[in-house]
Amino acid sequence: MKGTFFKEFFNRNGPLLGTYLLLAVAFWIIILIVLPQLSMLDYSFRFNLPPSAQGGEKDVYTMSNYQHFFNGSEGNPERLSIFGYQTDIPFNKVDIAVFFKTILAAIFVTAFDLALCYPLAYFLGQSASGPSGRVLLLLLIIPYWVNEILRAFAFRIIFGATGVINTVLVGVGILDTPIDFIRENVALYAGLGYAYLLLMIFPIYNAIESLDRNQIEAARDLGSPWWRIHWRIVIPFAKPGIVSGCTMVFMLTAGALAAPQILGGPSSLWFTQIIYQWFNTGGNWPRGAAYAVVLLFICIVFVLAMMRLFKVKMGEIGK
Amino acid sequence: MSTGVGVDLDDVWVKFGDFVAVREANVSIKGGEFFSFLGPSGCGKTTILRTVSGFQEPSQGEVRIGGTNMVGIGPNLRPTALIFQNLALFPLMPIWENITFSMEVRGASKGERRKRADELLELIALQGQGDKMVNELSGGQKQRVAIARALCAEPDVLLLDEPLSALDLKLRQHMRTELRAIQKQVGITFIYITHDQGEALTMSDNVAVMSAGVIDQIADGRTIYDDPASPFVASFVGENNVFSGKIKTITKDYAVVDTPAGDLRAKIGTAARGKLQKGNDAMAFVRPEALAIAAGRKGKDENRLTASIKTEEFEGQSYNIFLNQADGAEIKMSLVNQGQAYEHAPGSQMTLSCNADQAVVLPAGALASE
Repeated sequence: MKGTFFKEFFNRNGPLLGTYLLLAVAFWIIILIVLPQLSMLDYSFRFNLPPSAQGGEKDVYTMSNYQHFFNGSEGNPERLSIFGYQTDIPFNKVDIAVFFKTILAAIFVTAFDLALCYPLAYFLGQSASGPSGRVLLLLLIIPYWVNEILRAFAFRIIFGATGVINTVLVGVGILDTPIDFIRENVALYAGLGYAYLLLMIFPIYNAIESLDRNQIEAARDLGSPWWRIHWRIVIPFAKPGIVSGCTMVFMLTAGALAAPQILGGPSSLWFTQIIYQWFNTGGNWPRGAAYAVVLLFICIVFVLAMMRLFKVKMGEIGK
Repeated sequence: MSTGVGVDLDDVWVKFGDFVAVREANVSIKGGEFFSFLGPSGCGKTTILRTVSGFQEPSQGEVRIGGTNMVGIGPNLRPTALIFQNLALFPLMPIWENITFSMEVRGASKGERRKRADELLELIALQGQGDKMVNELSGGQKQRVAIARALCAEPDVLLLDEPLSALDLKLRQHMRTELRAIQKQVGITFIYITHDQGEALTMSDNVAVMSAGVIDQIADGRTIYDDPASPFVASFVGENNVFSGKIKTITKDYAVVDTPAGDLRAKIGTAARGKLQKGNDAMAFVRPEALAIAAGRKGKDENRLTASIKTEEFEGQSYNIFLNQADGAEIKMSLVNQGQAYEHAPGSQMTLSCNADQAVVLPAGALASE
């Protein structure tokens, strides 16, 4: 069975191209996906040892990094309480709070992007056809030719105390004093929402564009008001695109680093920033790896749960 | 089921920029009638249907359904239901939800909808198949579901946009009969769009033939076929031979046309009465089945036409001979197969005959392109 697959594959593509294709796919899967994740997983179960002790007898597997995420460092006075019942389990309140805040914020940003992008994608996919539609798409893409970090700085400037928004609001007389958008985290959420907008628009646009316009007209002809056409015809049809967009935006927002670093207020902390601190200033790669694995794992579980809730199969998403 | 109401188009024009899709359409469709718009693609027949369904506002003129002016009334509020050319069934809903979508819109309970779906499924002979998905049905079954979905909305007027064009020949002929039967049963007005003259003639009470945005003739099928109002209608509906020339002599009902095949005496088309004069450019139309081989035939009224034989063709029930007139224009003669063995040398001359009452004279005009 396997043998015939490779035989046919080489027959179809020739020995040279066939070998190249196989090597490229193997490189992609093994070197770019499996190995980095495996080594990260491996790191997360080890002690943070100086290079001289690595591979020595002290270098054994441990759960201590994961324990740290839940229990905090030794001597942590916080204790876990479940529904008011105080336990004596040490509880890493700071990191876990940041973790859930990050997840919640990512959900919020995803929902916000969906609310913003669905009408846009519908308009582009069904109403704007021909040259005007292509110009609109290009206008959407052009800002993304600028580097992500530069865009974050641009948002800092726009939302700054003397930025465009404050200047206009104060100038028009709506505000007496400028609002500190950075401290209020408005700039952060706007920046995050903007960062992955295209990843939400395009899957939904692709789905809606392939929807037969007659379906919409048929529903309308049968007496349906607009909201029901969307609820019963367009959204079910676009569901794979919506799920695909939401998954990408959620994962990338939860894992974003540049926007929180640049646009985050002084009191705001994103979970990726904690991971970054362990790797960078903390110099504790195993702990950083464990935190990263926790984030990745919980995000995947969350996405799978959402897919189950909305009855979307994995195979549909790639469409 | 509601009884049919009439549909009137009063001086309806539809323009897209400089392009005039429909020009001065005046149509009066009676309640309960099966009415067809027949014409080649791009003649504006679908645009007319869209003005009736409400997806297209006329640039000028009035659409009335049951006497009510429909201006400003959206497609979701008109008493019409449209069956799309590609059916436009909802692929993500089971059949029964497809059929009862209009009831869902009106807020009917699930029980009511299920019950109605079962009734309609029985009407279209798909009992017990309501829980299937659209892609599990065959072409003809999908067709019938589309009809049931439209009927479920209890429209006063059912609009059909070439709904049979995607089906194969056998099924199409079967569906013709079925559609006609359903129309008789529910008694509502059907407006049918087609480029297939067979469909239009077999099903309709009345047919409007359109060309390039203009309605050339509105009449029953028999009149359209036997007494066309324009060269376009004559050449579009069924096969027809054209004999062009100037009018040599003319009486009240008959004219003699000086054609390349010889003088042809023919009845003047009803629409052309009083509009022709001696010396005018005219066209005489003779159906292939109205031509005969002159040899051995006698009769006062019979025309004699000469042409050279091009090819012969055996078609089973009929035997066709193709000939050329002196100016190159083609003639097709269709003879009933009675076992005769015709073998005519290509290039040889043949004399044909036809009866003046089976030939129609009209003022020269544009023909339907092949």
